[in-house]
Amino acid sequence: MSNTMEEGREWPLYEVFVRARGGLDHKHVGSLHASDARMAIDHARDLYTRRQEGVSIWVVPSKEITASDPAETDSLFEPARDKIYRHPTFYEIPDEVKTL
Amino acid sequence: MSAAPSGAAAQDLFRFVLRLGDLSLVLGQRLGEWVGHAPALEEDLGLANVALDLIGQARLLLTYAGEIEAKGRGEDELAFLREHGDYFNAVLAEQPNGDFGRTIVRQVLIDAFQLELYERMATSTDERLAAIAAKSVKEVRYHLRYSSDWLVRLGDGTEASNARVQAALEALWPYTVELFAEDELDRSMADRGVAPRLSDVQAAWSARIDAILAAATLQRPKDRPHAWHGKRGQHSEHLGYILAEMQHLQRTYPGARW
Repeated sequence: MSNTMEEGREWPLYEVFVRARGGLDHKHVGSLHASDARMAIDHARDLYTRRQEGVSIWVVPSKEITASDPAETDSLFEPARDKIYRHPTFYEIPDEVKTL
Repeated sequence: MSAAPSGAAAQDLFRFVLRLGDLSLVLGQRLGEWVGHAPALEEDLGLANVALDLIGQARLLLTYAGEIEAKGRGEDELAFLREHGDYFNAVLAEQPNGDFGRTIVRQVLIDAFQLELYERMATSTDERLAAIAAKSVKEVRYHLRYSSDWLVRLGDGTEASNARVQAALEALWPYTVELFAEDELDRSMADRGVAPRLSDVQAAWSARIDAILAAATLQRPKDRPHAWHGKRGQHSEHLGYILAEMQHLQRTYPGARW
C-alpha cells in the first residue's frame, strides 16, 4: 500500500477542515491525497468524520495556501508581545454580567 | 404489519430477508479483502467504510431473519454456521475483486440496485424492513457516489483505465440479470407490498446505470440471457472460498466471542 502512486505522479495534497457542529467554525484536522476536489471530500468524509466528528467539510488544495515564513516569525509576531493592553483585560466587569 | 407472520408466509419472508442480507454480507466480505491492499491509504479506508456499512445492513437483516424463523438462530449463527447452499445472495456479489476497476464496476452495479430497492422498500408493509431500508438507503446513496465517481474517473481516464473497466463491465454484466429475474418469491413479496416489483427496480436501475456509463464514456454491454440461481442457493465456485475464510473462526472455536 502506498500513498505515493509512482514517483512524481502522486495525487495532489489537500488540507481538510471539518465543522464539528452547526454554529462552530471549520477547524483544520489534517491533510490527504486525492486526484480532485470531489475525491478529496469523499476521502475526508471517510478519514476524518467516521467517528461522527463533523457535519460539514471543506477541502483546499495545499498548494493554494500561502503561509507565513517561519524565518519572519520575529518580525511578524514579536512586536505584538509587549502590547498586552490590546487584550480587553483592564475593564471592570459589573457583577450582573455573567457571561462576556 | 403488526403480527409476525407464521407458517408458509414466515418461511417466504425468512428466505427473502436472507436474500437481502446475504447480498450485503457477501459483498461486504469481498470488499474487506481490500483492507491493506488498496491502491492508496485513502481508498483502503474508503472501501473498508463501505464494507462496514454493508456488514451493518447484513447484521440487521440476519437478526430479523432469525426472529422470523424463530428457531433460536441469531445473526452470528446465520452468518457463520450456514452452508454454501443456504446462502441466497445473487452471484454477482461473490465474484472476485479482480483489480480495483473491476471491484468498482461490481460495486456500481450493486450499489445502484440496492439504492433503487431500498428507496422503494422504505414504504414496505413490513415495518421492520421499511425501517432497515430507510436507514440503509442513506448509506447506499454514498456508496454509489463513491463507486460511480470512481467509474467515471477510470472510464473517462486513460486508454488503459478505460479498457480495463470496459472489460470488467463486459465480464460482470451477465450476472446483473439475476438481480431482476423475478421468481415466485419475489412476486409474492411484491404482491404483499413487502418489496417493490423487480421490474420497477430494473427500469430505474437501468436509467441510472445508463447515465453513469455515459459520463464514464463506457459502452453498455448487450444483455445476454443467462440464468443464475444464487437467490435459490446455487452459487458459483467462489462462494465456498469466501465462506471458508469468513466462517473459519466460528467453526474452529464454536461460540467464540471477543
